[in-house]
Amino acid sequence: MAGGNKRKTPDINASSQADIAFLLLVFFLVATTMNTDKGLIRQLPPMPPEDMKVEDQKIKTRNVLLVFVNAQGNIMAGDQEMDIYGLKDKAKEFILNVNDEENLPEKEEIEIEMPDGSKWNYEVSKGVVSLQTTRDTNYETYIQVQNELTRAFNEVRNEVSMAKFKKEFNDLNEEEKRVITKAVPMAISEAEPRTGRKK
Amino acid sequence: MKKKGNKELPAISTASLPDVIFMILFFFMVSTTMREEEVLVKYQLPNATEVQKLEKKNLVSYINIGVPVTHMQARYGTAPQIQLNDSYKTAKDIGDFIAAEREQLNEADRAFMTVSIKADRYTKMGIITDVKQELRRANALKISYASREAESL
Repeated sequence: MAGGNKRKTPDINASSQADIAFLLLVFFLVATTMNTDKGLIRQLPPMPPEDMKVEDQKIKTRNVLLVFVNAQGNIMAGDQEMDIYGLKDKAKEFILNVNDEENLPEKEEIEIEMPDGSKWNYEVSKGVVSLQTTRDTNYETYIQVQNELTRAFNEVRNEVSMAKFKKEFNDLNEEEKRVITKAVPMAISEAEPRTGRKK
Repeated sequence: MKKKGNKELPAISTASLPDVIFMILFFFMVSTTMREEEVLVKYQLPNATEVQKLEKKNLVSYINIGVPVTHMQARYGTAPQIQLNDSYKTAKDIGDFIAAEREQLNEADRAFMTVSIKADRYTKMGIITDVKQELRRANALKISYASREAESL
């Protein structure tokens, strides 16, 4: 650099740089958490106004699949007892109602706007899965049941998406997802718990 | 030492060590977030397979439910507690909590606020239902039951 000057600036000793970096690393290890925010996402129904009558929300019995979990973790779906492994298929059968049976939910044909501007008529099931628990039901059992019901809806969505777009639901873009979500709404109602009292 | 045939192994250069450490450091800086609150309850999340990731961390509020941590048990016992921010609260306080959390968001984001319920797997549904009812009353309708992702149940 400076031609005639024989004195050089001495090199800065960099051997402690690693230690400094280590210190920073340890600080971040301690002060931060990993991003582990995952969960079953649900939309709660809005609180009904106080003066609303119960009769207003009457739905036909064929359109409701009542899933009841008691304090012992026994599951009842419809009017039969079942274990957690059969629940998904039961819910799927309920949502799809392939053969248009009398005791399974009605369907309503609605027009869905496709991303390319065309219209698509699809028979949307009017079925609602109603999940009820007691106050003593275990949270883990409840989540398992929620999980199975979600799985049922996700599988139905996958099937519809396969038939319509030839792709899995998760590989669709936002617009296509919106279409499928409209065709197969996640209809899980979370009612208040049954009180222990007899009717 | 200077004899022939007795060559010394050269020392491994540690000049790249800081770079390696910096790389690890940056990895942690990017993939983690600051711890925002002290967790006062012990919880073990339930397992689920159909979990979805919560986007936008700043729109998420947390409600922790579980048994108090060991050093708080002397004062609060071992019954499950609801933790909002940094203290134990009851379900009745959730309305205020939601209002305060909502206040912190800007207007456009308020509709997308999500409440993540981090509850211990052995909690009873009664307490969860109370929380849910309060959330409905506070009009915080988008919730997430925090769960651990599992391959199968």
